Amino acid sequence: MNELKKTDTDADEWSSLKAYTNARIALGRTGVSIPLRESLQFKLAHAHAKDAVYSQLNLPDLQASLSASGLPIHSVRSQAENRDTYLQRPDLGRLLDDTSTAKLQQLAGSPVDICLIIADGLSATAVMQNAGTVVNLLVEKIRQAGYSLAPIILVEQGRVAIMDAIGGLLHPRLAIILIGERPGLSSFDSMGAYITYAPQPGLTDERRNCISNIRDQGLPPAMAVDKLMYLIHAAFRLQLTGVALKDNDGLLG
Amino acid sequence: MAYQCTISGFTYRFNDLKELLAKASPLRSGDVLAGITAESYEERVAAQMCLADLPLTTFLNEAVIPYETDDVTRLIIDTHNKLAFAPISHFTAGDLRDWLLSDEADAVTLQQLAPGLTPEMVAAVSKLMRNQDLILVAKKCEVVTRFRNTIGLRGHLSVRLQPNHPIDDMKGIAASMIDGLLYGSGDAMIGINPATDSPAATSRLLHMIDEIRERFAIPTQSCVLSHITTTVQLIQQQVPVDLVFQSIAGTEKANASFGVTLPILQEAYEAGLSLKRGTLGNNLMYFETGQGSALSSGANHNVDQQTCEVRAYAVARQYKPFLVNSVVGFIGPEYLFDGKQIIRAGLEDHFCGKLMGLPMGMDICYTNHAQADQDDMDTLLTILGVAGINFIMGVPGADDIMLNYQSTSFHDALYLRRVLDLRPAPEFGEWLLRQGIMDQQGNRLSDGSQKQFYSALLPA
Repeated sequence: MNELKKTDTDADEWSSLKAYTNARIALGRTGVSIPLRESLQFKLAHAHAKDAVYSQLNLPDLQASLSASGLPIHSVRSQAENRDTYLQRPDLGRLLDDTSTAKLQQLAGSPVDICLIIADGLSATAVMQNAGTVVNLLVEKIRQAGYSLAPIILVEQGRVAIMDAIGGLLHPRLAIILIGERPGLSSFDSMGAYITYAPQPGLTDERRNCISNIRDQGLPPAMAVDKLMYLIHAAFRLQLTGVALKDNDGLLG
Repeated sequence: MAYQCTISGFTYRFNDLKELLAKASPLRSGDVLAGITAESYEERVAAQMCLADLPLTTFLNEAVIPYETDDVTRLIIDTHNKLAFAPISHFTAGDLRDWLLSDEADAVTLQQLAPGLTPEMVAAVSKLMRNQDLILVAKKCEVVTRFRNTIGLRGHLSVRLQPNHPIDDMKGIAASMIDGLLYGSGDAMIGINPATDSPAATSRLLHMIDEIRERFAIPTQSCVLSHITTTVQLIQQQVPVDLVFQSIAGTEKANASFGVTLPILQEAYEAGLSLKRGTLGNNLMYFETGQGSALSSGANHNVDQQTCEVRAYAVARQYKPFLVNSVVGFIGPEYLFDGKQIIRAGLEDHFCGKLMGLPMGMDICYTNHAQADQDDMDTLLTILGVAGINFIMGVPGADDIMLNYQSTSFHDALYLRRVLDLRPAPEFGEWLLRQGIMDQQGNRLSDGSQKQFYSALLPA
């Protein structure tokens, strides 16, 4: 047999269309199958996303990155004992474990305006990369606006609604949770922020407002903080958050 | 009414039909989350043995969700065709399983039987089946639908081209559309999930696809998956709406959480028909479903998620849909934890839908927090191809950059057509030939004839 020619797996002729979208188009082919180059790129993106799902908060590093805020920091855990339980039992990720409940009961004191919460969610990586910058900027603006702040609460294996459990113990007028979002193939480091007025157990998601895709390549931290401040002012003015709090300033586009 | 089964001297008791169905269901995380699964492996088999002996008439006499409180139950009972049911009225669920696999059960018999089957009967029989049973019986079914082309013919596999873009950028969507068409996808439909539910944006997208479709005389249909009330509004404004989309579920309360009722569906169906845009047929509803949707809206009434799913098919079949798509792995690991559970659910949904008489397709997919990967999707893709699925998704590189999940790609569709010798919808296949995109054997061509096609759409 003669020496075989290597298969041409160049991108398709219409690869100029890639200028219009980040979708995986004009990938080329061998036979009808995807070229190895593209197959490995896909696997790498998926690996990043999976690693992000199983990533953990590095509490000392996270605390160090929050030190500029000058606020006391306490860490708690949800009732989901490990990641596989967390993934299958979202209900447990919304509840504090007994030790954490006792800890927060002791913390409860004079009433405060705002409690900041940081939880791993579905990507601790996102939180480790973005939370410090957002919190430090946000605390500065909140103080300028004259609102009082509770200690920062860090949550391991937490879901969004754990802010209700925390709110039920610390009784802030408003709570904000920064949490890792479900990783996509193109973004494994997106952080979301949810804001709830008068948080307490039993609330549902229509009582919250959300800002998503917070990361340098998405919604940059400084812009995220501006949007959060808009929501904070509006929430205190209207004494509510959720579907009734509309984006009248076009700030939440 | 209580049911029981004795194994090695121990008697398992099941308080009612819904408990029996839930405990007979193969293990999945959503039923664990709902707290309704069997407590041991033995109890699950005991429930299956008990279910196998249950007369099918039981399903007509005992509703899993009360008739008085749920309009899906009322639909199921009120539309049950006793004449179609008569030939099997003496069967148990186990008898039905054995008969479905027998040589007596052929495509025509199964079509005649479909209106006599309630979703609960179909769910029950699926719980008694192994994966190969689900494949074999589904393959016997043939459900053919028509709008501008013909979907579901034996030996054919169609693809929904899904050219989503995170901000609905027209050129971005057009670029993915062209890529898909040049890879032979798009015969089931060109269907976009819009980033917002704005009527204006939806209308712009519909006009854009319609223009491309007309310009190149593509024998296919389009859909922008906005809420059904938005679509009805656009129909009234004479926007070119081909297929009418809605997500549906198997209980009244779950449908309410989607903002939809049976009268709204009927109104939308009639509105779609009024446009008379189908050239070969009038099937025009496009429904999406998925196990777990009822529980996720707190509307499952302690009925297991697979039974709830089949009840959604009873809703779908009222409106003679063009396509029904179970978006199987999209919902996440709290409902279907891993590849094994997603694959089982996919086979169940396809089988149950087909047996109910629906043109079933599937979004063979997973999210990044589920324990699944593209290898699992390859497995499910291949066995659904063997089972005769009507259509699958075609997403550029299997990576949906708007919805952030992984599905199947244009390449995946070509793989399946090649290994199983499947063809696109006949009208679309002829178009691919005329355009010089594919040859008779389904090989993709690169002879320069495509250039005119894509450069005409997006001049550099």
